[in-house]
Amino acid sequence: MQLTVWTYEAPPHVGAMRVAAAMTGVHLVLHAPQGDSYADLVFTMIERRSARPPVSYTSFQARDLGADTGALFQDSCRAVVERFQPQTLLVATTCTAELLQDDPGGLAATLGLTIPVITLDLSSYQRKETWGAHETFERLVRTLAGPGVLGPGAERPPRAAGERPGCNLLGPTALGFRHRDDVREVTRLLDRLGIAVHQVAPLGATPADIAALGRADFNVVMYPEIAAGAARWLERSYRQPATKTVPIGVGATRAFIHEVAGLAGVDPAPGLALLDEGDQPWAAPLRQPWYARSVDSTYLTGKKVFVFGDATHAVAAARVAAHELGFTVVGLGSYTREFGREVRAAAKDFGVEALITDDYLEVEAAVAAATPDLVLGTQMERHIAKRLGLPCAVISAPVHVQDFPARSAPLMGVEGANVLFDTLVHPLMMGLEEHLLDMFREDFEFRPDAAPSHLGTAATPAVATPDPAGAAPGPDRPAPIQPAPSAPPAAATSAGAATLITWATEAERELAKIPFFVRGKARRNTERFAKERGVATITVETLYDAKAHFSR
Amino acid sequence: MMSDAAAPMPSADGLGCGEPTVLRERGQREVFCGLASIVWLHRKIQDAFFLIVGSRTCAHLMQAAAGVMIFAEPRFATAVIEERDLAGRGDMDAALDGIVGRLIARRPDIRLLFLVGSCPSEVIKYDLDRAAARLGQAHGPGVRILTWSGSGLETTFSQGEDRCLASMVPAAPAIGADAAPQLLVVGALAEVVEDQFGRLFDALGVGPVAFLPPRRAEALPAIGPATRFLLAHPWLGETAQALQARGAARLAAPFPLGAEGTTAWLKAAATAWGVPEDRFEAVTAAGRARATEALARHRERLAGKRLFLFPDSQIEVPLARMLARELGLVPVEVGTPYLHRDHLAPELALLPETRLSEGQDVERQLDRCRQARPDLVVCGLGLANPLEAEGLTTKWSIELLFTPIQGYDQAADLAELFARPLIRRAALAQ
Ligand code: SF4
Repeated sequence: MQLTVWTYEAPPHVGAMRVAAAMTGVHLVLHAPQGDSYADLVFTMIERRSARPPVSYTSFQARDLGADTGALFQDSCRAVVERFQPQTLLVATTCTAELLQDDPGGLAATLGLTIPVITLDLSSYQRKETWGAHETFERLVRTLAGPGVLGPGAERPPRAAGERPGCNLLGPTALGFRHRDDVREVTRLLDRLGIAVHQVAPLGATPADIAALGRADFNVVMYPEIAAGAARWLERSYRQPATKTVPIGVGATRAFIHEVAGLAGVDPAPGLALLDEGDQPWAAPLRQPWYARSVDSTYLTGKKVFVFGDATHAVAAARVAAHELGFTVVGLGSYTREFGREVRAAAKDFGVEALITDDYLEVEAAVAAATPDLVLGTQMERHIAKRLGLPCAVISAPVHVQDFPARSAPLMGVEGANVLFDTLVHPLMMGLEEHLLDMFREDFEFRPDAAPSHLGTAATPAVATPDPAGAAPGPDRPAPIQPAPSAPPAAATSAGAATLITWATEAERELAKIPFFVRGKARRNTERFAKERGVATITVETLYDAKAHFSR
Repeated sequence: MMSDAAAPMPSADGLGCGEPTVLRERGQREVFCGLASIVWLHRKIQDAFFLIVGSRTCAHLMQAAAGVMIFAEPRFATAVIEERDLAGRGDMDAALDGIVGRLIARRPDIRLLFLVGSCPSEVIKYDLDRAAARLGQAHGPGVRILTWSGSGLETTFSQGEDRCLASMVPAAPAIGADAAPQLLVVGALAEVVEDQFGRLFDALGVGPVAFLPPRRAEALPAIGPATRFLLAHPWLGETAQALQARGAARLAAPFPLGAEGTTAWLKAAATAWGVPEDRFEAVTAAGRARATEALARHRERLAGKRLFLFPDSQIEVPLARMLARELGLVPVEVGTPYLHRDHLAPELALLPETRLSEGQDVERQLDRCRQARPDLVVCGLGLANPLEAEGLTTKWSIELLFTPIQGYDQAADLAELFARPLIRRAALAQ
C-alpha cells in the first residue's frame, strides 16, 4: 500500500481515455463501477472539450457482482457499437473490474463484431496514466497498421516523383500539455522545410489514419512518453526512422531542424532561417535569444531553478533555463519512472542528483532543501511553490484549466522558445523593480500582501504570514502527512530548526522588512545558518551574518 | 447503454393513488461514487481524517472532485492498494497499520479517523471493521477509528455522507430515556446555515439542539429515545435507520429549501415541541418575508422556464419542488440516483406533476433531454460543457452541495444559482 494525497498521474485507464478522446471513430468501453465516470469531467472541464470523451462505463453495482458482470459488459459493448458506430472498439477494465477477472477481450471476441476490437491490459495496480496512454497507442498502431507491415527484407516503396517527403507526428493526445499548439508549430516548421505531415496521431486521427501511418518517410516522436513504443514498432515494421530530438528551446529546435532535414533528405536552410535573428533581433520571429541577452535580463544570471515534470518537459525546460536563459539548475526530477534513465543522464550534466518519484511530499522536501529562486513544474509544484513562497511556472502535465490558454502557446519550435522565455521570466520580479524594492523595503506598498505590480491582481502572494511561515504546524499550516518511508528527512529542516531555534523580536522585525518574495528563503537560510553554528537565538546580527554567508 | 433485450423496460412504478409514476432505468451512470462526499465532510469535521483504502482511481477521483485549487493539505488521503498486496506478497494489515501510525503521529490534532472502503477493498473483501478494531486498540482512546464504505458499487455521491454519519451514530454517547426531548439536525450544513437554524430554534423555544455531524468529532451529540431528529438532506436513509435503532424519532418534513420548505421543516420541530402557532408565526415571519421578497426578483426571470434535472445527489426532488413552487420553473424531468419514498413523501406531495426517473441510463436520458430542449439543465461536470456546446443552458449540480442553500436567507442564493446561467447566456447573446 502506498499513501497518496495528491497524484501526478491518474490510473492507466485515464491514459487510454486520453488516446481515445484524441481520436475520432474510436470508442472505449470500460468495465467499471459507476463512480469511475468522474474521469469524463477531467476532459470536459479541464480541457473544456465540447463533447464527452468517447468512453462508456458498464456501471456495475454490488448486486451485479453475484450475477453475471460479463453479460453486462457484453451488453454494454453491443449498445455502444449500435449507438456510436465506432470504427474501432477499445475495451479495458478499471481497477475494480480487474479484480473480477471477467476477461473483456474474450467476452468481446464472442460478440461477433465486424469492427476491430482491441483489448487493453492496463494493470491498474502497477501502472499509471502515461503508461496507459503509451500502451493504448502502441496497441492501436500495432493492430490497425499491422496488416500493411513490410515483409522481411522488403523496402518501403519509393515516393512518387515530385511528392514532398512526409512524416507523421506521433504522441499528442487529449489533455496533453500544450499538445494542440505544439502540433501547429511543428507542422509549420516542417512545412518551411518542405516536409509534409501525413498523419498526426493520436490527436485528430481516425482508425484509417492509423492504418496509413506506414506511408510516411519517417516519424516525429513529439512526446516519447506516449509514442516511443509505437515509433519503435513502426521503425521495425515499416523501416520508418524516428526523430530523437524534441524541439523545445532554441538549441533543440536547431538540432531538430538538422535531424528532420537529414531524415527527409532536404536542405535545412529554410528552417534555420527561422532562427536567424537578422539585424533587428527584437523584431525577428525568434526573439528569445535577444530577450535573454537584453540587459534587463541580467538579473536572471545564476538564478537557481528547480525543475520537475514529465521526463521530456523537465529535461527540456532545464536545458533552456540553463543554456538559453542563464539560470542555474539546482534540482531536476520527474515522476515518469519509465524515463528515469534519461532524466538521470540530464541531471548529471547539471551536476545534480535526479529526483525520480511520484510522491509530491518528497518533491516538496527537495524543493525546500534546494532553496531555488524559481520552480518549474506541474500544477503540483505550483502549489508546493506557493506554500514555500517561491515563484513558479508550469511547464508540464498534470495540468489545470489555466494550462489550456485561449491563445496559442506552444513549447516547441520558434514560437515555443519565445513562449518559454515569457513563461520562465514572468514569475520573477523584474530586475530594476527588484532593486528598488530592496532599497525601500519599508515602503508601505511593499507590505507582505502587496503583490508584484506587474502580476496584476491575479497573483496572490504566497507567504503572507508574519508567523514562522512554513515552519511549525499551525492552524493554517497543518503538518504535512508523513512522506513515504523512502522520503529524505530533509522535509523537516525548517520545522526541526524552528523547534530548537528562536527568533529575537528585533530579528523578527528586521526579517519582516525583507520583501515577502524572498523572506521565506531568508528565514530558512538564517535558520540553517544558526543551526549549523549552534546559535539558539537569532539576532539581527545572525540575520546579517547569514546573509553574508549565503550571498554569492 | 444496455441493449433493449437486456435492459429492463422502463417500468412504471406506481406509488399509489395520485402519486407520480417513476421511470426506472439501468445503464451507464454518470455520477460520482460516495467517496466524493469526503470533499465536504473533511472540511466540516475539523478533527477528523478520512483514509480511503482504495486504488489510484479513488485517489484521482478525489483530486478531480476536490479540484486542484483547494490544494491545501487536506484531511483525507488514499492508501493505494498495489499489486504486491493483491498477490499476497505484502501484508496489507501491517502496511495499513504503518500508514495509520504515521498519519496519527504527524497529525496530533486528529481525534477521529475514518477508514473508508472503496470498490477494490470491497471486492477483495478486505475487512475494514477488523482493521478498525485493531487500530482502535493501538491508538485509542485518543483517536477513535470508524469505518464506512464510499464504494461506487453501493453508494452514489451524497450517499457517502449517509454512510459516514451512520457510522458515527453507534459511537455517540447515550442520553437517558427520561431525558427531556432534544432536537438533532442531521446532515452537514454550512456553518452559517447551522447558526441561523440554531437562532431560529432558540427563538421558537425548541431545544436543546445538536447537529450531526458536529464540527468537532469530540463533540458527538448524545443520542437516545429523547432524540427527535430532522433530516437536513434527503440522502440520509441509513443514518436515519441507525438513529431510529437507538430509539430516536424522525420528524417527517419537507427539506429546508426555499421559504416554503424551510417553514415546513421548522414547523415539524415546532409542532413536536408544542410551540404555539402565533409564536411560530412571529419567529419565522421576518425570514419568510425576506426570502419571499428576495425570490420575487428571480421569479421574474425564471418563471415558466423548463427544467431538466440529471440524477446527482438525491437533492433533485426537493430542489424541483422549490424551483417549481417558489420560482415558477416547470420541471420536465426530475432524475434522482435513488428515490427514498418514505423520506420524500412530504416532498412528492408538493411536487407538481412531472416525469420522475430513478437510476440512470445516461444515453437514453440525454436523448430525452435533447428532445425536450429544456431552458435549463441541471447536471454533473462531465455533461455540462457538452450540453452547452449543443446549445443547452446548464447548471452544475455539484454547486448545490458546495454552496449554502438551505434556510430562509439562502433561498435567494439558491435561486441565483439558476438565474445566473440564463443571465449569462442572454448577456453573451447580445
Ligand atoms: S467508483 Fe469505486 S473504484 Fe471508482 S473511485 Fe469510487 S470507490 Fe474508487
